[in-house]
Amino acid sequence: MALLTTQDLAVGYRTGKRTTTLLSGLNLTLAAGRLVALLGQNGAGKSTLLRAITCATRPLNGSIMVDGKDVQTMTQTERSRLIGLVSTDRIQAGGLTATELVALGRQPHTGFLGRLSDDDREMVSQAIARVGMKHKAHEHMAGLSDGERQKVMIARALAQATPIIVLDEPTAFLDVASRIETMQLLSALAHEQGKAVLLSSHDVSQSLLMADDLWLITASRQVVTGTTEQILRSDTMNHLFTSQAIKFNPQILDYQSV
Amino acid sequence: MDRRRYVIVMAFLGAALLLLAVACLLLGSVKIPAGSVIDILTGHGSDNRAWEIIVLQSRLPMIATAALAGAALSVSGLLLQTTFNNPLAGPSILGVSTGAGLGVAIIMLATGGTVGSVFGQSVGSYVATLLGALAGAGVVLVVLIGMSAIVKSSTMLLIVGILVSYLASSVISLLNSLATEEGIHNYVAWGFGTFSGVSVEQMPVYASIIVLALMGSALMVKPLNALLLGTRYAENLGVNTHRTRNLLLLITGVLTAVVTAFCGPIGFLGLVVPHIARLTLNTSNHTRLLPATMLCGAVTALLCSLLSVVGRHGIIPINAITPIIGVPIILYIIVNRRKIQYFN
Repeated sequence: MALLTTQDLAVGYRTGKRTTTLLSGLNLTLAAGRLVALLGQNGAGKSTLLRAITCATRPLNGSIMVDGKDVQTMTQTERSRLIGLVSTDRIQAGGLTATELVALGRQPHTGFLGRLSDDDREMVSQAIARVGMKHKAHEHMAGLSDGERQKVMIARALAQATPIIVLDEPTAFLDVASRIETMQLLSALAHEQGKAVLLSSHDVSQSLLMADDLWLITASRQVVTGTTEQILRSDTMNHLFTSQAIKFNPQILDYQSV
Repeated sequence: MDRRRYVIVMAFLGAALLLLAVACLLLGSVKIPAGSVIDILTGHGSDNRAWEIIVLQSRLPMIATAALAGAALSVSGLLLQTTFNNPLAGPSILGVSTGAGLGVAIIMLATGGTVGSVFGQSVGSYVATLLGALAGAGVVLVVLIGMSAIVKSSTMLLIVGILVSYLASSVISLLNSLATEEGIHNYVAWGFGTFSGVSVEQMPVYASIIVLALMGSALMVKPLNALLLGTRYAENLGVNTHRTRNLLLLITGVLTAVVTAFCGPIGFLGLVVPHIARLTLNTSNHTRLLPATMLCGAVTALLCSLLSVVGRHGIIPINAITPIIGVPIILYIIVNRRKIQYFN
């Protein structure tokens, strides 16, 4: 079931009066229960596309529809109940415990003063348990490793109880064990809880192993989408990078030098 | 665990507030026996008319002024630190106090008065002074908002604040060259900082503005916590970050301007007290941090106020005391940056 669709979407950025279009004519579909990886070289427009989808910036053209409604016309609270975000932005929350941080995810659902009901508390502790951080629920964020912090941030998005979760490079800065654990967690969330999970990544092999669908931004700024099997059967992986020095090897699901 | 710590800290601060208030009633440059102070407070009066005036019209208003000013400046500091995501932000460092001071100076000169505190003025005049302070603080805050969009680095923003401060100070000095000798004297006295500038008649205005603004800040706890994650996350959590920031800066401006107009530009409290509250509570959660900052600010200001009257020769300026309390704490925080949780 398509949760999010884009119609003739164009994204880029405005500096003063000049607009730079990075990607245009995008008709993308994000379905429930699927883990989607967005791949492309640096500067291809991955973050810009994700920023548009999470309404951090306005699209240059076209629209983004969730449940048949244009996100631009929604209130901020409506949007915050539909799309959860995990970014690589530095946060100043070392003085919050993991539980307090995850509880922030309930903000779109709580009242003016943000008081948590028993149901809210229950959802917070379930989210923490789901990402495997129950044993550190009452520790401060400052005391957690990068991988643990990332899990808590994902738990925060879970507590937000949105049908869509968007993650901007969730595995950047993580060691290989944390990278694999994070990808497994995200895959499980898509499949068990029916969430649409969209993530950008530079980790090609893990993305190809774990993702159900791929959104690829080629070197010529075309966006190619398909299931991972379809993509692997095509030659698209060889058009992602401008560099002529590398070639995709389907055996190892990664690039190697020519 | 954290909850118990909060209760203990708040109880301790409450007791300290009470004790310091009592001490401020009993101690002062004029010695008044404790029995007489109690008689005066309970309405039995005293044979010494001067003592009555000192207790009811000097010491009592001074306690209320100090406690409210401390709470106001500390909450201002906390809101600025969270809004600009900068642990070293504060109303005096970012130039908000100096901006308010400049507003005061301009109004005093324009109305033909002398640059100084609002002490002893007619009602119309101190309202004008207050509005001048609000306008001055507002201009500085607008400059800071504009600059924070251009300079992303929080260190640079601090430097901008310091520069704005210098600029406002030099304009104040230039204005002073037009002032009378008495005006300059008053201005210098005002610059020292004092908690005895609010008369009994002015107290309702002073107190009600501060209490209202503090209540306003308490309503902002939910978006303040979201802002700990930065603007992008806060927006994803449904916070209108532009409106929230403007509201927070409005509250900050009002609190700082009122205190500055009545008490002078008081340094360090706004910067230091939020850190004391965070360190003792071990949290950045504004649900607990904001009330603790208020109470801790009131306690710290009362302590400064008490120290200011124990000198042998009259009253010591508040701004001579706040750095002695503030600087060691800031140095401790800078040195231990890596070990302090809320920085990481």
